[in-house]
Amino acid sequence: MDTTDLLEIAERERAARTPRRLRCCTAAGCLSQNGQALKAALIEAVKTAGLTDSVEVVGVGCMGLCSQGPLVQVDPDGPLYEKVTPDQAPAIVAALNEPSAPADDVRVGDPTHPFFAKQVPVVLQNSGKINPERIESYIEVGGYQALCTAVREMQPLEVCELITASGLRGRGGAGYPTGLKWSTVAKTESDRKFVVCNADEGDPGAFMDRSVLESDPHRIIEGMAIAAYAVGASQGFVYVRGEYPLAISRLKTAISQARRLGVLGAGVFETRFDFRVDIRIGAGAFVCGEETALMRSIEGHRGTPRPRPPFPAAKGLWGCPTLINNVETLANIPAIVANGPEWFAGLGTGKSAGTKVFALAGKIKNTGLIEVPMGTTLRTIVEEMGGGVPGGGSVKAVQTGGPSGGCIPAEHLDTPVDYESLAQLGSIMGSGGMIVMDESDNMVDVARFFMEFCMDESCGKCVPCRAGTVQIHHLLTKLRSGKGTARDLDVLRELCEMVKQTSLCGLGQSAPNPVLSTLRYFHNEYDTLLNDPMTPATKPLQTSTETR
Amino acid sequence: MAVKTLTIDGKHVSARDDQTILQTAREAGIRIPTLCDLPGVGPLGACRLCLVEVTGVPKLLPACVTVVQEGMEVQTNTERLRRYRLMIVELLFAERNHVCSVCVANNHCELQDRAMEIGMTHSRFAYQFPKLDVDTTHGRFGIDHNRCILCSRCVRVCDEIEGAHTWDVSGRGANARVITDMNVPWGEAASCTSCGKCVQACPTGAIFRIGATVAELEKDRTQLSFIVNARENKQWLG
Ligand SMILES: Cc1cc2nc3c(=O)[nH]c(=O)nc-3n(C[C@H](O)[C@H](O)[C@H](O)COP(=O)(O)O)c2cc1C
Ligand code: SF4
Ligand code: FES
Repeated sequence: MDTTDLLEIAERERAARTPRRLRCCTAAGCLSQNGQALKAALIEAVKTAGLTDSVEVVGVGCMGLCSQGPLVQVDPDGPLYEKVTPDQAPAIVAALNEPSAPADDVRVGDPTHPFFAKQVPVVLQNSGKINPERIESYIEVGGYQALCTAVREMQPLEVCELITASGLRGRGGAGYPTGLKWSTVAKTESDRKFVVCNADEGDPGAFMDRSVLESDPHRIIEGMAIAAYAVGASQGFVYVRGEYPLAISRLKTAISQARRLGVLGAGVFETRFDFRVDIRIGAGAFVCGEETALMRSIEGHRGTPRPRPPFPAAKGLWGCPTLINNVETLANIPAIVANGPEWFAGLGTGKSAGTKVFALAGKIKNTGLIEVPMGTTLRTIVEEMGGGVPGGGSVKAVQTGGPSGGCIPAEHLDTPVDYESLAQLGSIMGSGGMIVMDESDNMVDVARFFMEFCMDESCGKCVPCRAGTVQIHHLLTKLRSGKGTARDLDVLRELCEMVKQTSLCGLGQSAPNPVLSTLRYFHNEYDTLLNDPMTPATKPLQTSTETR
Repeated sequence: MAVKTLTIDGKHVSARDDQTILQTAREAGIRIPTLCDLPGVGPLGACRLCLVEVTGVPKLLPACVTVVQEGMEVQTNTERLRRYRLMIVELLFAERNHVCSVCVANNHCELQDRAMEIGMTHSRFAYQFPKLDVDTTHGRFGIDHNRCILCSRCVRVCDEIEGAHTWDVSGRGANARVITDMNVPWGEAASCTSCGKCVQACPTGAIFRIGATVAELEKDRTQLSFIVNARENKQWLG
């Protein structure tokens, strides 16, 4: 297996293409809206019309605009159909004869809308375009070329340097420089090293990683293999949460296809580099996304964090040096190796290179996934791309970073989205969840929602997080029901600071952030609850966390 | 073996390069409050009472797991640390039922000692008083979950010294509990050797000898470090 073989497979794949194709989303979002039946109906309609030789129906991954699913895209250059139902299949197939005129009575999307036009797909480059269940489909668009180049033409440390030069930072939340992490693991001497892909994605409302795994699983495998070559590991694990059955099944398929083709296993691309990948399935604890807890879980123990140092790069799985990266971080790797570090660095801002995928949710017209260059302003994302608040209301705040992040008030909407700017506003980039709130949202409720999540997900090992989140939640509930006093507010503030400073892991250290940021920007909403205990609730108190 | 020199609260001290800040401080006669630490078993870093400030490190570090470094400047008793420690014991007292006057370990309880040492007079937090089980099925020993602070000393002592691994933790957050075997009543836990080390290890009245009444349960923690010392250093005199 080498570059020529890859090119041959790609060539065969292109030759086998029918003149027209109907791309049909088969990621979880559209599948949950009857996407599977739609795909079957399209295949049936093509057969009935006798067009099987010239039209192929392909299941592809996520096309981004999940709120308008199920989506069907006609290739080449045809319309994008939205909210398609199975009974519309014959009309869509009939309209294929008239390339310029879309089918009647089927909603057509506008590809020039900022939602699509402002995106710069790197991580999502192949999402919605290729068939995630066929390795040939990935190879057709240049897949595995980067791995082949890396293992055959580059020294491991050269690969580390290349990633350092690109300026890529971890997309799992903290934004740690990826190249630095890689070279630390590469330089730590050991006979055994590991590479772990963190696909535990537990933030409420976040589904970026799931989408990549479902839409382009080979990309993750290629990224992991390049990482493993660079740091000197021969075993990799993908730690996926059990709530992602489709992602797990596509990964399994992808791993066995890659093994069969000699892209994984002994002698990758006929070199002396061996690499195998196994899947480990998480059992639904948010804290298992924290790297030390994740490793305990892979080792078969109770998933609780431990103090760092030692960091995983020095002492990870079974005491061996271990590289842990997020799904989106690894998904960037093949593109960086293929296009060069300068290209990547040129995409974002100085300190935050590349793009970021966000999951838009809340009071916003176009919910779904978008990928934009770092440095795009919140206003562009929320108002232009997301279409603002449905019904024309005004945005009150944008929550980023999920339970570890904060609320950014509307007056800061012109902030560019990069690691430093968000941190300055008391929030974080986080993994990419973005929840929009309008005037009807009560910020104390928002803080309380995330605190309930952290309280339920605290592992219970350290006192500040285990007992502190319970008390913070209690104080917020008390304030919200109008029984709180100014003294409670003082205790709340003091307790938040203490939990942040003294908790063992990132969960507890960041759990107070939603409270602290709402106290900072929406102090009046807390004060109102004190001054006028009879303030009616704008919406009923949420009594249970919806996720998990 | 290299020796490191550092300062703790302004005092110059030396330490072996594998010693923790806590061990070094103890040797130098500097007191750092602890709860989850138990000499003889591995450190956990979970109660967070032993957090200290180190010059140049933005985060607070747990003294019980942080290994010394040359030239480290450690502060163990700043105003901020005292404030956090007070809140930690207040949180523990509000979390379950720690009414000392009716506890077997009254006057012999490390949680009570820490509260007095830190100067806690009452808890500012809402008392939760969850109604938790008391398991006396073992016959000789019992566990009262209402008194448990989840320090996991019993888990570590049973695993690391006795080698039985009868104890473990199940559940998350406020629902976390120490359990015996696969969460069966202690009396049915086949792996338990009835050695009683967990009774000695427990800092409060949570694990107790059946028959002890209020304030009667004294614990001998030196027994545990004696065993470890005998095993590891082949020294049998205290
Ligand atoms: C409570 C908690 C949950 C986390 N969950 C995730 C997660 O679901 N996915 C992830 O990639 N990183 C998660 N992280 C961050 C990881 O610990 C780790 O920093 C990350 O996987 C490193 O990858 P990166 O350098 O590529 O960002 C979590 C951290 C904490 C403290
Ligand atoms: S901060 Fe919370 S999640 Fe992290 S170790 Fe402590 S109790 Fe567990
Ligand atoms: S003694 Fe160090 S954290 Fe408990």
